Amino acid sequence: MAQRRVTVQSEVGLHARPAALFVGAAAESDGEVTVAKGEGQAVSAKSILAVMGLDVRKGDEVVITADGDGAEQMLDRLAEIADAG
Amino acid sequence: MPQTLTGAGVSPGAGYGPARRLVREVPRPDPDARHDGDAAAEADRAVAAMEETARDLGERGEAAGGEAAEVLNAQALMARDPALADDVRKRVDAGAAAARAVSEAMAVYREMLAAAGEYMAARVADLDDVRERIVARLMGAPVPGIPESDVPFVLVAEDLAPADTATLDPERVVAFVTREGGPTSHTAILARSLGLPAVVACPGADTVTEGTRVLVDGATGDVSLEPEPGTVDAAVAASRARADAAARSSGPGRTADGHPVPLLANIGGPQDLPAALENGAEGVGLYRTEFLFLDRSDAPGHDEQVAAYRSVLEAFPGGRVVVRTLDAGADKPLEFLESGGQQEPNPALGERGLRMMRRLPETLDAQLAALAEAERDTGAYLQVMAPMVTDAADAEWFAAAAAASGVAHPGVMIEVPAAALRAGSIAEHADFFSVGTNDLTQYTCAADRETAGLGRFQDPWQPAVLDLVAASAASAADAGRTCGVCGEAAADPLLACVLTGLGVTSLSMGAPALPLVRAALARADLAQCRAAAEAARGARGPDEARTAASERLPALADLGL
Repeated sequence: MAQRRVTVQSEVGLHARPAALFVGAAAESDGEVTVAKGEGQAVSAKSILAVMGLDVRKGDEVVITADGDGAEQMLDRLAEIADAG
Repeated sequence: MPQTLTGAGVSPGAGYGPARRLVREVPRPDPDARHDGDAAAEADRAVAAMEETARDLGERGEAAGGEAAEVLNAQALMARDPALADDVRKRVDAGAAAARAVSEAMAVYREMLAAAGEYMAARVADLDDVRERIVARLMGAPVPGIPESDVPFVLVAEDLAPADTATLDPERVVAFVTREGGPTSHTAILARSLGLPAVVACPGADTVTEGTRVLVDGATGDVSLEPEPGTVDAAVAASRARADAAARSSGPGRTADGHPVPLLANIGGPQDLPAALENGAEGVGLYRTEFLFLDRSDAPGHDEQVAAYRSVLEAFPGGRVVVRTLDAGADKPLEFLESGGQQEPNPALGERGLRMMRRLPETLDAQLAALAEAERDTGAYLQVMAPMVTDAADAEWFAAAAAASGVAHPGVMIEVPAAALRAGSIAEHADFFSVGTNDLTQYTCAADRETAGLGRFQDPWQPAVLDLVAASAASAADAGRTCGVCGEAAADPLLACVLTGLGVTSLSMGAPALPLVRAALARADLAQCRAAAEAARGARGPDEARTAASERLPALADLGL
């Protein structure tokens, strides 16, 4: 299980467009991918409703985990989306 | 027996086809609805409806492109959400019918997003739309939104939101009819800009059933149900004659005997320039600058404003460009303009237009400075006018602000009856007038332009409105000033001739209306226009005014006007 901590830089947090990009990327993984806000409860990163429900705003830290083959690459992509200004 | 409904014709042309209804309401699943026992099959049915909805939204997004695509793709992801599907399956296992399970599962997320505050309000609306689409499928009800159809159709709706109208495909929709909406509502304005025949404020439109053959005459406001073939042919022929005449009209606007009436375009930004130029606009008679200011939390900066204004000025070297300063306030709130009172009880009668700018002069000064800079070296003739001027003090204040910022030609919009009646004293402080007939009509008849039930009073053919236009034009002429019309009345070819007869010196309108107005003017001489204007002012009501004018403009008959 790989894990990454990222501070969200997107002006609109993980809402709307960034959330859709994030979930769209996570959905391509065969394994489990989760995201949590800070130390909060992790939710499936493949669920746009759950991700938007976290209400992640600019400056919030998120913890992303992925398992299976290519987990590190998946985390690279997700971190990049969350990090995009 | 063919039946005819009558509403307000707001966008000319004839459209004929089967009626398709715009659906907004979706039946609510019974809160106790249970399935008949095969939970696995019922859950599969729910998930299939979710997937079909996702696919439909994705396809619509692909077709729409741009920002709409992003919204629709995010909605597709909601419909396809695996956590949502798991929740739906659990609820179906516990006995809930598919539609109820979807509705209840989505309500949980809705609550979660709504709790995230106003930031997520738009997402909540998107989610509600997705839920209605899935539930409609599961209940065998029509899916809300602009209907799909293989054949061109007449769209029938309670009302159309500007967003609905903006995404209409004129290839598929041949006309539309709404029960609500006024002639000067934004829906009507958009219909004209799309060149779609439209009738609004049409009682009985809600009774037109799906598939009824409908003939819409956007000039007369008649909506014929199951018309005789001969009627259809005649209406289509008249509409074609108008289109042909419009296509053949060219050159600057003038009457048959050569009296020049410059024909200008109303635009909302540089994106409207191609249509203006294609339709032969001789300049811009109304540049509505508020589109620069909408949907943002801060005012646009100096450079951004200069660029937006300059691109328009550069399109008309040697031509005239009339810019209206920010028209916002009570009736059109902007996020970054703090409102004086909280919610005004009568927004149309409140702090709007110049009234708002007098309270927030720094916003106006910044705009005027950007305009003055944008004009430099473009070769265009820039005129800048203030909306909602009420008296000479307003005009004087605006002229001083314009002079201080380096704007050489300040003018005023005549939209308030007080201004029309005392146009003589206003002319001392204004280089030019431009009559905004939509608001002038609203205030003359004291009838809110968005209230459908008051359609009779939203008619610029009301003789009282014509009297006020005549008074404004006469005062302008006495003072050696020009008096144009930039309201929707200018787009009505018959009324355009009457306005010319009243002494109006230029006409500005949505670009698609230009060719037909040009063709109508070219068929009437100035004396006929004056006679038509006098006859219209002498009439007792708007319908009589229209008839009296048309009798004095016989050459317009072959245009079906």
